[in-house]
Amino acid sequence: MTQAMGDIHLSSYTALMPELYLGTAALILLLYCVYNNPRANGALLFLGLLVLGIAAILIHHAFGGTRLVMNGMFITDSFSVLVKYLLLLAGALALLLSAGWLKEEGRPFEFVLLMLLSLLGMMLMVSAADLLALYLALEMSSLALYVLASFARDDAKSSEAGLKYFVLGALASGMLLFGISLVYGFAGTTSFQSLSELFTTAGAAVSRGVIVGLILILIGFCFKVSAAPFHMWTPDVYEGAPTPVTAFFATAPKLAAFALLARLLSQPFGALAGQWQQVIIFVSVASMIVGALAAIMQTNIKRLLAYSSIGHAGFMLMGLAAANTAGVQALLIYLGVYIFMSAGAFGCVLLMRRHGQYVEEIKDLSGLAQTNPLGALVFAIFMFSMAGIPPLAGFFGKLYVIWAAVGAGLAWLAVIGVITSVISGFYYIKIVKIMYFDEPAQPFDAASPLPLRVAIAISAAVTLLFFTVPTPLITQTKMAAEALLK
Amino acid sequence: MMLTALILLPLLGALIIMLFAHGENERSADEARYIALFTTCITFLVSIFTWVGFNGGTADFQFVEKHEWFVGFNINYYLGLDGISLFMLLLTTFLMPICILCSWESIQTRVRAFMVSFLLLESMVIGVFCALDAVMFYLFFEGMLIPMYLIIGIWGGKQRIYAAYKFFLYTFAGSVLFLVAILYLYFTFGTMSIPDLMKLAPQLALPVQQWLFLAMLASFAVKVPMWPVHTWLPDAHVQAPTAGSVILAGILLKMGAYGFLRFSLPMLPGASHYFAPLIFSLSVIAVIYTSLVALMQQDMKKLIAYSSVAHMGFVTIGIFTFNMQGIEGAIIQMISHGLVSGALFLCVGVVYDRLHTREIVRYGGVVNVMPKYAAIFMFFTLAAVGLPSTSGFVGEFLVLLGAFKANTWVAFLATSGVVLGAAYMLWLYRRVVFGEIVHDDVRTMKEMTAREMTFFVPIVLLVVWIGLYPKPYFSAMEASVTQLIKQVKP
Repeated sequence: MTQAMGDIHLSSYTALMPELYLGTAALILLLYCVYNNPRANGALLFLGLLVLGIAAILIHHAFGGTRLVMNGMFITDSFSVLVKYLLLLAGALALLLSAGWLKEEGRPFEFVLLMLLSLLGMMLMVSAADLLALYLALEMSSLALYVLASFARDDAKSSEAGLKYFVLGALASGMLLFGISLVYGFAGTTSFQSLSELFTTAGAAVSRGVIVGLILILIGFCFKVSAAPFHMWTPDVYEGAPTPVTAFFATAPKLAAFALLARLLSQPFGALAGQWQQVIIFVSVASMIVGALAAIMQTNIKRLLAYSSIGHAGFMLMGLAAANTAGVQALLIYLGVYIFMSAGAFGCVLLMRRHGQYVEEIKDLSGLAQTNPLGALVFAIFMFSMAGIPPLAGFFGKLYVIWAAVGAGLAWLAVIGVITSVISGFYYIKIVKIMYFDEPAQPFDAASPLPLRVAIAISAAVTLLFFTVPTPLITQTKMAAEALLK
Repeated sequence: MMLTALILLPLLGALIIMLFAHGENERSADEARYIALFTTCITFLVSIFTWVGFNGGTADFQFVEKHEWFVGFNINYYLGLDGISLFMLLLTTFLMPICILCSWESIQTRVRAFMVSFLLLESMVIGVFCALDAVMFYLFFEGMLIPMYLIIGIWGGKQRIYAAYKFFLYTFAGSVLFLVAILYLYFTFGTMSIPDLMKLAPQLALPVQQWLFLAMLASFAVKVPMWPVHTWLPDAHVQAPTAGSVILAGILLKMGAYGFLRFSLPMLPGASHYFAPLIFSLSVIAVIYTSLVALMQQDMKKLIAYSSVAHMGFVTIGIFTFNMQGIEGAIIQMISHGLVSGALFLCVGVVYDRLHTREIVRYGGVVNVMPKYAAIFMFFTLAAVGLPSTSGFVGEFLVLLGAFKANTWVAFLATSGVVLGAAYMLWLYRRVVFGEIVHDDVRTMKEMTAREMTFFVPIVLLVVWIGLYPKPYFSAMEASVTQLIKQVKP
């Protein structure tokens, strides 16, 4: 560490420049919008993207090696930098996806603001180096997300989704906080660094209370990443929330929660791998099985994607279960790929409009290949990719995770993983079947907003062509994983 | 560069169709057809040069290309050919233009998509046979599920959806276990390169080899297909369009057998010997049981599909004899089966295009209206039966010879399969071609067109060539097979 933990040096502020900037930008945007109340969403979309773009540039410039800042509350390292880039990317994709819908919804600036604020919370989560900072950052992002879930306030389903998410989220936060207090009570510190040193020396002789606290913390996180058996909220919230919000939910918050979990399990609790590995393995297996089986019977495309995301969470947890650098790297690769697949798939759901109304039933997709060949093609690409068929990007995500699991001696876990991925292959190809083999239903509206099409095109291009230039993501994730586990 | 070009050419053709043939009208359909035909022909011509430039004197991989691909993971873009994969490659590129020709008129809906799927499929299949990196192999091996799923599901018969699902899930389930096996190999030896693994993997302890063998078997057995996991094949065959059946029988089935030759045998010799009796038993059951099932079929395509399972049983027997005759016979049998059963499906396609039924009893007396067709169908029937001077004879004879050396009982039982094969094929022929015309619509059937003749003639020539003078084939594959046998020696 380059500085003593005791003081708040000016360099603390430079290291946190991107976050400080994002918060300030959001507030300025808020003031501007309050006074001018802009309804032109094109300008807002542009402003939102601009804010995210500048934040990305700041991340690049503010990064000067691994540093612990703000009294040891936050940390910047290659891991946090990479995840923050990915977060901004996910945010940008979600913004593009939401453009057309916002125009009709009519309250564009609240949406953009809430999204920026939740992204701010997530970026702080990724940098958290203290249990308290962790909790505060998590709550900051969650509060914005609760509001986003119920954004379509005239829609009963959306309000229900928001309320459900809030109540269950509060319960999970409570568990998390209880766990944190237990860990603090038995270990006497909340700083990641001190915890890590403490547990490394204590080893297996660590107090029971810490273990209970750790389990409670894990439960809180399992809720956030929608891993079984704490997944119940996911289908309802995914279905109820407006689709662009769902697209955002499926990418950025997951990314942040997984990154934080990875840091938590590698740094402070890294020495306790023997204690948490079993739990993660169990949750991983449960999620993969629930994701594979429960999705088969779904008739609503958003619910189906919700269950599919539970299955994917199981796969990502498999990377964590490996408890080594390869595992963290695999997790990051999977997340990087998943952002594009998921955003793209929800983008395709947003294309499902008839006479200006969104439709969400899977059977509405019937014969899409004949009424809208291009739309069907990209949707099929995302589905095959999620099923893990090479050479699409999703396959490489799965490959690396399985790779890490086999390398960590968890070959049986890998076998369960591949079996569930065959089962889930069934419902992914079912969607392809409905689009390609069934008789065409009434066609969808031909017009779709340009930003939406751009977002889908970017996602499809990445998913399809990832295998040609995999190196950037792979070297970056490797650096990040090594920074986390050095 | 040659192999990369072979993989990219069909992709390029697909891209051109997607970009330039617009709309769903007769003109764009024709453009798509011509572009596809042209691309596959060029690909075939280029692939001939690989044989011309191939040095049969060495067992090393040739035309090797190697580039870094996944940096830090030791996964490379690594291609090469040896005497075994050379012929699989040639078989693929040879059959593809024929498939395009035979779907010229029978495919009338979404022609562009069909041609694009086919070209994608060709590229993937070529990739499978050229890949020398296990991850690349898997990528192509699995990637071809996408176009094939669409081909069966969109252009297939009435039960196409069920068949497409079955095809997809069976093969997907098999291959993922293979993936776990190659990952295990990677962790033990730190490389995905197939030539390196061939050198290193045999050191593994027998119990480990056995597990890996079973995981690979799950994948290859489904593709071959071996009894009892063959049930997807009749469904997929019957429901696929003619060109799809030709590709399934001609090429995709070979991938499983090729997998045995490329992975199981050289990498896991101990386990291969250990499980040889199992493979023999399954193959003998396949030969006899599916031949009996074939006898009872009412549907021409289904009959030929079951005969494919039986013929592939010969291939697996030949591979696991671990001797020169057996393995060389198996390879020739693969080529021969690819040509002959492909041609038989084309024969079915010809009459199907006229009467739109595959039921055997709806025909009879076809010889009266289509004498040329009767002659060609006769030729391929006899080739399937294994008549001397056709390629089928060379393959089956060598396999049986090898089997006699390895295990007399296996050879004895497999020979009875040959007799059964003659029975169902000749009976099929009699019922379709000979006899009086009982159905009036048979009378209206027209003789084969010039286009239809064009795709049979080259196959006939090849079948006779291999049947009479197979030496060029043997001399190209000999070094590689010798090397393989040396590898698998216990």
